[in-house]
Amino acid sequence: MASEAKKAIIEPLVSNNPIALQILGICSALAVTTQLSVALIMCLALTAVTAFSNLSISLIRNHIPSSIRIIVQMTIIASLVIVVDQVLKAYAYETSKTLAVFVGLIITNCIVMGRAEAYAMKNGPWNSFLDGIGNGLGYSLILIVVATVRELFGSGTLLGYTILQPVSEGGWYQPNGLMLLAPSAFIIIGLAIWVIRALYPEQVEQPDFEMQNAHQVPAGSHGGAH
Amino acid sequence: MQKLKRRSWGGSGAARQGGFLNLPNDNMIKTLGVAVLLCLVCSVVVSTAATVLKPMQVANSLLDKKKNILAVAGIYGDADVDTLFQQIETRVVDMETGNYTEAVDPISYDQRKAANDPQYRVELSKEQDVAQIGARAKYANVYLVRDGEQVSKYILPVKGYGLWSTLYGFVALEADANTVAGITFYEHKETPGLGGEIENPRWQAIWDGKKLLDQQGELALQVIKGAVDSNTPQAQHKIDGLAGATLTSNGVSNMVQFWMGENGFGPYLQRVRSGQMAANGAAEAYTAQAQTRG
Repeated sequence: MASEAKKAIIEPLVSNNPIALQILGICSALAVTTQLSVALIMCLALTAVTAFSNLSISLIRNHIPSSIRIIVQMTIIASLVIVVDQVLKAYAYETSKTLAVFVGLIITNCIVMGRAEAYAMKNGPWNSFLDGIGNGLGYSLILIVVATVRELFGSGTLLGYTILQPVSEGGWYQPNGLMLLAPSAFIIIGLAIWVIRALYPEQVEQPDFEMQNAHQVPAGSHGGAH
Repeated sequence: MQKLKRRSWGGSGAARQGGFLNLPNDNMIKTLGVAVLLCLVCSVVVSTAATVLKPMQVANSLLDKKKNILAVAGIYGDADVDTLFQQIETRVVDMETGNYTEAVDPISYDQRKAANDPQYRVELSKEQDVAQIGARAKYANVYLVRDGEQVSKYILPVKGYGLWSTLYGFVALEADANTVAGITFYEHKETPGLGGEIENPRWQAIWDGKKLLDQQGELALQVIKGAVDSNTPQAQHKIDGLAGATLTSNGVSNMVQFWMGENGFGPYLQRVRSGQMAANGAAEAYTAQAQTRG
């Protein structure tokens, strides 16, 4: 069982990363990564929600009627997100103001529902909890990388501390405005996926279509199932 | 046979003794039961969290507002916020007449709530509503910073629509009610890094010393697109726009136009400028009170 638990927490970090391999949760990865501090709080919030939604869904998994399965999961996730939002407003007011609407959008983050449906419905509470934490950390890993690049090159700061002195403050660095816009996150995530798949070639997907030389196509296949 | 019995409406002993949890998952009673129970548990959790944390959230939001008032007044320091806030006098202004009023308690009066309260709500016509806020409250809070007997700064709450959300903030004016002493925003949902830069202290610092009125006495302060050429005579009425956030910048500009204009604090500021508001303002308040009650 210990190895299963270890697998649940280690695997989503790189070899089965929710963002890089499963391509889930991209929307918030674009939205909250202009500042590293905001991304960190978002990671914490998402990890907490995924872990506890997995835990609670796993606890009642044998009693969830399949006809209302998704609604049950949504209700649990939505409740947890509201609780997280309330806690942030009470204990981290400044950050909750910056995150604003994005905390509420954890509900729509595919990672949370994806893990509930794919893992927590079939596995025990403890492993499900660890799986939630593992996937939260896998998400966090990518978010931290993206946010570091975006904040450093977009504003010249990291966690609010100036690293590259921008021109507007009398320094030498001309901030890259593209980094503050959502498309830059796509580019960085794309590059991250490239790096990961170069290191782990087994993650490379089979192409959907093979380009073939027309002469090599057997005559019989013409007019087939195209 | 057992299965058949269980599917009947719970009437049989087997189902009752076996308990609710032993029902098959796709049984209708079980489905309804799970749904109801889940909703109950979730609503209890959510409402408990909301109720228990409410006092802290309200305190946070009040503290944040006070901090912003102190920050825009330029007296925010290391000392305790509540202690510092004692230097600030909270008053209520009747927007129509521009006079102080005692019709409501300045401390408990909540201008934001009042804008939705039929008793205090004043609808704005399309031409008036440049800040796109729909309506404003009849009375507005103003915060006075005193320097001995004289009021040294007037702090006015403002709000206006940006790109995604309503921006809430304060504008501080010097004693002449024409020179900007500071601007700050305490609530908005603009994009961090773009429109969210309205919170940037460096951008807010540009506002200091700018003048509301031009030589003709017209309201001229506005946020422009791009950087201001400081050599032009109009530079003292112009603020650099935020790069990549034209709509938010326009929103801020419209907000200032509205609140400093005739449908906002215009009448009040007019009185302050013409010296009708004596340094201590108490006398007017009494007259105003007599008028409203008489």
